[in-house]
Amino acid sequence: MNTMDYAQDHILDPAGLTESHLDEVFSHLLTDQSDLSDLYFQSSRYESWTLEDSIIKNGSYTIEQGVGVRTVIGEKTGFSYSDEIALDALIASAQAAKAIVKSPQSGRVKIWSRQQNKQSFYTKDNPLQSLAEEEKIALLHHIDKAARAMSPYVQQVTANLSGDFETILIADQDGKLSADVRPLVRMNVSVIIEKDGKTESAGSGGGGRVCFDYFTEKERALGYAHEAVRQALVNIDAIAAPAGTMPVVLGSGWPGVLLHEAVGHGLEGDFNRKGTSAFSGKMGEYVAAKGVTVVDNGTMDQRRGSLSIDDEGTATQNTTLIEDGILKGYMLDKLNARLMGKQSTGNGRRESYAHLPMPRMTNTYMLAGEMLPEDIIASVDKGLYAVNFAGGQVDITSGKFVFSASEAYLIENGKVKQAVKGATLIGNGPEAMHDISMIGNDLALDSGVGNCGKAGQTVPVGVGQPTLKIDQLTVGGTA
Amino acid sequence: MIQREATEAELKNLAEELLNKAKVKGASAAALNIQKGEGLSAEVRMGDVETLEYHRDQSLSITVYFGQRKGSSSTADLSVNAINDSLDAACRIARYTSEDKFSGLADAALMAGETPDLDLYHPWDIDAETAIQLAIRTESAALNADSRINNSDGASLNSYAGLGVYANSHGFIKSQSGSQHYINCAVIAQKDALMERDGWYDVSRVSSQLDSPETIGKVAAEQVLKRLDARKLATCEASILYDPRMARSLISHFSSAISGAAQYRKASFLLNSLDKAFFPEFIHLYEKPYIPQALNSAAYDREGVATREQDFIQAGRISNYLLSSYSARKLGMQTTANAGGAHNLCLASTGQSFSELLTLMDTGFLVTELMGSSVNGVTGDYSRGAAGFWVEKGEIQYAVKEVTIAANLKDMYKNIVAVGNDIDIKSGTRTGSILIEKMTIAGSA
Repeated sequence: MNTMDYAQDHILDPAGLTESHLDEVFSHLLTDQSDLSDLYFQSSRYESWTLEDSIIKNGSYTIEQGVGVRTVIGEKTGFSYSDEIALDALIASAQAAKAIVKSPQSGRVKIWSRQQNKQSFYTKDNPLQSLAEEEKIALLHHIDKAARAMSPYVQQVTANLSGDFETILIADQDGKLSADVRPLVRMNVSVIIEKDGKTESAGSGGGGRVCFDYFTEKERALGYAHEAVRQALVNIDAIAAPAGTMPVVLGSGWPGVLLHEAVGHGLEGDFNRKGTSAFSGKMGEYVAAKGVTVVDNGTMDQRRGSLSIDDEGTATQNTTLIEDGILKGYMLDKLNARLMGKQSTGNGRRESYAHLPMPRMTNTYMLAGEMLPEDIIASVDKGLYAVNFAGGQVDITSGKFVFSASEAYLIENGKVKQAVKGATLIGNGPEAMHDISMIGNDLALDSGVGNCGKAGQTVPVGVGQPTLKIDQLTVGGTA
Repeated sequence: MIQREATEAELKNLAEELLNKAKVKGASAAALNIQKGEGLSAEVRMGDVETLEYHRDQSLSITVYFGQRKGSSSTADLSVNAINDSLDAACRIARYTSEDKFSGLADAALMAGETPDLDLYHPWDIDAETAIQLAIRTESAALNADSRINNSDGASLNSYAGLGVYANSHGFIKSQSGSQHYINCAVIAQKDALMERDGWYDVSRVSSQLDSPETIGKVAAEQVLKRLDARKLATCEASILYDPRMARSLISHFSSAISGAAQYRKASFLLNSLDKAFFPEFIHLYEKPYIPQALNSAAYDREGVATREQDFIQAGRISNYLLSSYSARKLGMQTTANAGGAHNLCLASTGQSFSELLTLMDTGFLVTELMGSSVNGVTGDYSRGAAGFWVEKGEIQYAVKEVTIAANLKDMYKNIVAVGNDIDIKSGTRTGSILIEKMTIAGSA
């Protein structure tokens, strides 16, 4: 069954909604001034299992279903939503959303056309049914035993397995009906270890738009357990992190959270249309060192941040944001693209039907350079080598950003030395991007656990980068 | 506006019906939480409306127990089918979870009886046009305050009122209703090529108690203008004064560390800390759940256990953990009615005003913004991005940006010098400014 038929089967048909009902809803929503209006139907099922103290402590199941209705006139958006997918609720929502304009309703959708997705990056199978409950539980027990077997210092293991299966259908005022079916799974392992009277914790995990067998393939789940124990053992013997400004070498993969914070958010279209980003008005200018190329790519197979279409029905794409240091493009949704005289880049995303879409990242990463990672480290006399991070935050307007190192080492005379405790790194996005002086040949993406928050909405994303060196960044230690 | 009495009766009926269904399905115990609410949000920017949103939220969550095994589910769709599916899912899950001798409802004897009226429900009968106008007035006050303020992130007004029913198979069934209204404004000031953004807000359960749009806008303007010309500091050690909004986070790290879950998992830098002195003798932290109209007031916790006034730090000693029935059983203790958290945590002031604290500090860093979350709850290692003002001889000298402050939370708590009387009540945690004797500031060089 194709995606559109599946969505019709699971969303419109059970509610008894036909195309003529959609016409009726739009007749309450549209005015002759409406630039953009849509109905966003969503039906999702989420399941989560948690092991702690070596027992399956809890499981939960969540049904999320509803429809968001919006209409946009110029820069104004009217929005309402309902947790119930039914004609009268839709009409009430349409009337509420239209309250933003005083002009009378008029106009109707010409003809409905069902869009078939031209690209697909993930399965339509329901991940929740991809393993029997007994197998999900056995997997968690397996991880628990494995983590405890890895070190006698392991005191506590918490493992979580979760899966999401979401079907969406978008009906817009141009008469386009678009649909997508989106699986998303995730596994997390965290451990607490105790050694010589000291306690430390660490976690690891992964996932993507796949089914649960992803975790048993290539012993990935076991890999997360290994990684969590390894990091905890490194950190328990860590010394105080240095304090001050110094060269910082960032490892490949998850440290790409740097790009996400330092430039990613600053290149989202809404901030630039409003002129509130530190990158506003810099199109075509050098915003990073030569050699730095950054893309936002929603079209990668099975990635956590990937989408076949965004939440406005636009096909996702691989958008070059920065090319060889020069600002080339912003990430756009329909509203901001129209106001900026551009095309949507397929970055219109929303947390759910109860939230409005806005420009958001998908998988954002820096392309590889030519240096060997060991040569980059060898170039540093005294500095920090940070390989794992616990997240970050940015002030778009001033460009100031922070990110939290969770595994880092001192570099002395070109050699990696002692592990140091977690510390915040702080810098200014535009300055830090100019201070990138070496780019490794080892591009990697993260393992699939990233969440991005913006204006109270959380969406899954991917980040990545090769090993790179930033000539100066402030490290927030105590030593 | 939702009809409160009718909705309450409807949700209570639904709860009773579902508890019965759970029993029929073989559950030995069950608990339900049903929420329903409505709200309006208007956002304006540069003098014109940008978005107008109507919220209508509802949710139902179910936990069932089959002996010592437990399953949970939730749904935002309250149709009969969805509710039945949810109950079935919770029962199915309970077949696969493990026997856990500590699981179960809180003891029946602890359930809240007669509950006081906390006066938390004051819906604001505001129409879209009025909401938009109030937000526009707020933003205008900020934009017109100074020519250096030349752009805006907008102003918004949010109003929400709702009600929640909690019921469990001890026969407990009660509802708590509440409202919350919020006006927020963020503007951008520019000097040379550098932009800074900041803002101000007010929040209250009663709309008439909100500061005027003009006041909020004016304060937003002051906040952003103060940030211009900010400098980095050289790396050093110095005294740190957290303003009341930032000081809350120090209490929140403490609450996490004394939570039952952190204690039984041994994931706390304050492990086994009861009766031990981790703070100076003048520190007193207590919970006041019954303050009328306060943001975190509640008569019972998430398990129906009657809340109480209680101390967490007495004369510098930790006197209580924050426990739910589950974590209490794991630790061999009694629940403290803190399933879901604390209800109005208050830190007693040592009497100084904000300006007296500046004088007392003499030289140091006044922190008005924190970024990032390098706070390790297991070791207490603390490192966060910060911005604020450099203070010398008790006077603010200049704005500071792009530095970090770091120490270990245990040392920070021990080194508290004073708690101001500038208590901020726009939060479920009530504290004045907190002065800490010594932390490391990382900046240039």
